[in-house]
Amino acid sequence: MEQGWYSVGQPEQRIDAEEKARGTVRFVGDYLSPGLMHAKLVTSERAHAEIRSVDVTEAWKVPGVRAIITGEMFPFHIGPILADRPPLAFKKVRYCGEPLAIIVADAEDQAKQAAERVVVTYDPLPVVNSPSDAMRPGSPLVHEDAGSYQKLISNVYPVSGTNIGSHIKIRKGDAGAAWAQCDETVTASYSFNLTDHAAMEPRAAMAEINPSGKIIIHSCSQSPFTIKKVLNQFFNVELGNVIVHIPLVGGAFGGKGTVQLEPLAYLASKAVGGKLVRLEYSREEDMRTAPCHIGLEATVRLGADKDGRLLAGQYTFLFDSGAYTDQGAGVTRAAALDCTGPYDIANVWCDSYCVYTNHPYATSFRGYGHPELSFAVERTMDKLARRLGLDPVEFRLRNAIKPGDETPTQAVLTANNIGDSAQCLLRAKELIGWDGGKAREAAGGKVRSKGLSLFWKTSTTATNAQAGAVIKFEADGSVNLNCAAIELGQGTKTVLAQILSEKLKMPLSKIRVTMEVNTQYDPHQWRTVASSTTFLAGRAVMSAADDAIAKLKKTAAVALQCAEEDLDIGDGRVYYRPAPEFGVDIQEIALGYKFPNGHTVSGQVIGVGKHVQTHLTPMDEKTGFGKPGPWWSVGAQAVEIELDPADYSYRVLKALTVLDGGTIINPRMAEQQMRGGMYLGLSFASTESFRFDAEGIVLNPSLRDYQMLRFGEEPAEYMVDFVQTPSAAGPYGARGIGEYGVIGMAPALANALSAATGAELDELPLTPETVWRAAGEGSR
Amino acid sequence: MNRSIRQSKTVYRLNVNGETKEAMGRPADLLLDTLRTGLGLTGAKKACKNGDCGACTVIVGGDAVHACLMLTAEAEGKPVRTIEGLADSPVQRAFVDHWAIQCGFCTPGFIVKGHSLLEHHPDADDETVEEWLQSNLCRCTGYAEIKDAIQAAKKGFAD
Repeated sequence: MEQGWYSVGQPEQRIDAEEKARGTVRFVGDYLSPGLMHAKLVTSERAHAEIRSVDVTEAWKVPGVRAIITGEMFPFHIGPILADRPPLAFKKVRYCGEPLAIIVADAEDQAKQAAERVVVTYDPLPVVNSPSDAMRPGSPLVHEDAGSYQKLISNVYPVSGTNIGSHIKIRKGDAGAAWAQCDETVTASYSFNLTDHAAMEPRAAMAEINPSGKIIIHSCSQSPFTIKKVLNQFFNVELGNVIVHIPLVGGAFGGKGTVQLEPLAYLASKAVGGKLVRLEYSREEDMRTAPCHIGLEATVRLGADKDGRLLAGQYTFLFDSGAYTDQGAGVTRAAALDCTGPYDIANVWCDSYCVYTNHPYATSFRGYGHPELSFAVERTMDKLARRLGLDPVEFRLRNAIKPGDETPTQAVLTANNIGDSAQCLLRAKELIGWDGGKAREAAGGKVRSKGLSLFWKTSTTATNAQAGAVIKFEADGSVNLNCAAIELGQGTKTVLAQILSEKLKMPLSKIRVTMEVNTQYDPHQWRTVASSTTFLAGRAVMSAADDAIAKLKKTAAVALQCAEEDLDIGDGRVYYRPAPEFGVDIQEIALGYKFPNGHTVSGQVIGVGKHVQTHLTPMDEKTGFGKPGPWWSVGAQAVEIELDPADYSYRVLKALTVLDGGTIINPRMAEQQMRGGMYLGLSFASTESFRFDAEGIVLNPSLRDYQMLRFGEEPAEYMVDFVQTPSAAGPYGARGIGEYGVIGMAPALANALSAATGAELDELPLTPETVWRAAGEGSR
Repeated sequence: MNRSIRQSKTVYRLNVNGETKEAMGRPADLLLDTLRTGLGLTGAKKACKNGDCGACTVIVGGDAVHACLMLTAEAEGKPVRTIEGLADSPVQRAFVDHWAIQCGFCTPGFIVKGHSLLEHHPDADDETVEEWLQSNLCRCTGYAEIKDAIQAAKKGFAD
């Protein structure tokens, strides 16, 4: 930490902790309103079928039912990248759980009873049950003509007559020729099913339309301004007429970044004359109907010379995006542009496919393609190290990416835009007590081993992604901060308050942040996703503070009868630098300076600021060439496990993250993010998976059957450390950190368990049963 | 066939956080729904309505229960305590002091469960803590800080 910083680098307590501990914080489902009506969905029981009929006769007989909306009433497609998804299915259903109809009733139980009385008859179609099935010639088509859909962004390439929703290509160097120079190569395949975000707050939204045409949406979304955009693009309403209100969000993990239930709530309200209607998902709907975490089948081929220098890499990703592309198409792109992991490889060939199947559809998940690609890449790195007879750490160090190298999309890395991957790895090696990755006997016949991974990620935002901030001074000299960053548990509002505190040299207790977001009074913000909020909103807050400081000085210069440039600000005062005892309290000028005779100048001090991404570009269709993100945070992770060879049960003893996320604004909250990320990554890697039957039906859409790590099953010890290479562009040198704790956990765990068992563990989740099966198939 | 649709409503009388409260409801109403929509006590959360996650935990007659698995009628005549009635619990303080809170959605359930645990077992060992808290899910923290908070809160329950 730089000497003399005021709030940055300090473990300031979260500004939302007290209210959350008291249970008084309101989430969207906690808002009660007299006359509130309730919507309930009718969802598909088939994964792939033509809809013969939707009979609502019996549903109308339930008292209190006021409207029933079916797919033909809105026969259009929507989507964030490719408009391929009807909000309500019409003609056919493409996944089990897909919305077919909405019932609106006075009471929730009435809506539910009516929904159960809707009779849907289907003509079954053959089911596409995995991405490799989907890619086979002659496979049934999930979409009859994927190429006919409207594209919302440039980097999406659906292929007509196939199940390919997008195909992203990376062509760097001459991969074909480079293979001949490799002394060792490894090719291996990896897979895991779709999983769920399972944020503790199930998704919910309310909508109303007032008589003047204003549409008011209340939701638990990461993307309020995207809700406005979607209603404007696809529902023919004026963008400015849509007002979105987001209270605090009960966890998101990427799952609330896309727009899914808000248009349904809007249609429901419209059907009952604009009355306020709530659509709230049950846990089962939240898991099966709402979008989930993408699945993957990947093949990675790596080649190196005998000195352990990587010469070529080939990557084929078949992402299981389920029935629709949604953000799956963006994940497909993100995994391609960082496909190598943090390694300098001159010759790169990547085909990343967003594949349609008849599974629930996928959207963004914490890490956005990177936990997925890292599993495949970091497992292959361990295998190639073994072939070369090199320690996995040493092999990674020889190839770790650094300033001066180029990414797969040929973006040039500099000391300002990438962290120190080698430093992270060396620190991780030291903290975990790296022993070469060998299995060791432990007490009671158990086996201990360690596994590690190196990872990176950039934030693939829109090229014009931006954030704004407004700060308003109160009569007592304290400050209100408004911005549209969503508080979803990550602590963003506290971090932004700290940045403002630092700029104004004002204690956190004098800074009040508007915790909820309302698109009508908060400035535009792209979204709260992609670990980009500290960066974008943080810079906006700094710029708003600069604006306010200039205005404070201008008013103070009048009061103090001196030049503005001789003034400084701190501890609630503006003072004359050459004689600091000569100054004025901010409260004397917050609403303008009043002379003794009553005359007043300047009025309230209001600072405004904004920040927009700089010099980002889309990617070239043929080669991937482009600059996709502002910077790369890098990190190393490791685990130590203890396995019982008698039954293949295991325990994670230690889980470690060393991250270079630039300057850490709040170390305690950054640690929270790393621990929580490690938990999510380990839970995904070790227990979580949607199970499908032969008909594509999800067999475990509940928290009882969908296994995740529970209290006591977390690592016995979490270890977190930071390397802080400042980012020149970031606020006080900060880069993004929110997603990173997840990214390298699956490969670190798989590498450790592979070392312990002698088997190659290339499929997730790593339950004792899957480990036992792989170990039974023989060792390497 | 309309048997289940037309139900007469009754007035429930509940003792919640030391106060007697009345709420109108159907015989089939769950305690969770009555607390939230009938009495405006929204601290207990709806997250699974299946007894799988513990976000709706409240204390009824001295025992922690899932309010989503109990009929309102079953809670009549027994003291009910919710997160709103635990403002002085050492567990609440410890959750703040030990950084055991992120999004805050599972927090009320964890605090109520932790409070009930320490009321029953003020010197609970790790195994007991684990057995009690396995009923509750958190997706943000990774549980380590929650474990620390429960350990620290024990002091407040001694003697």
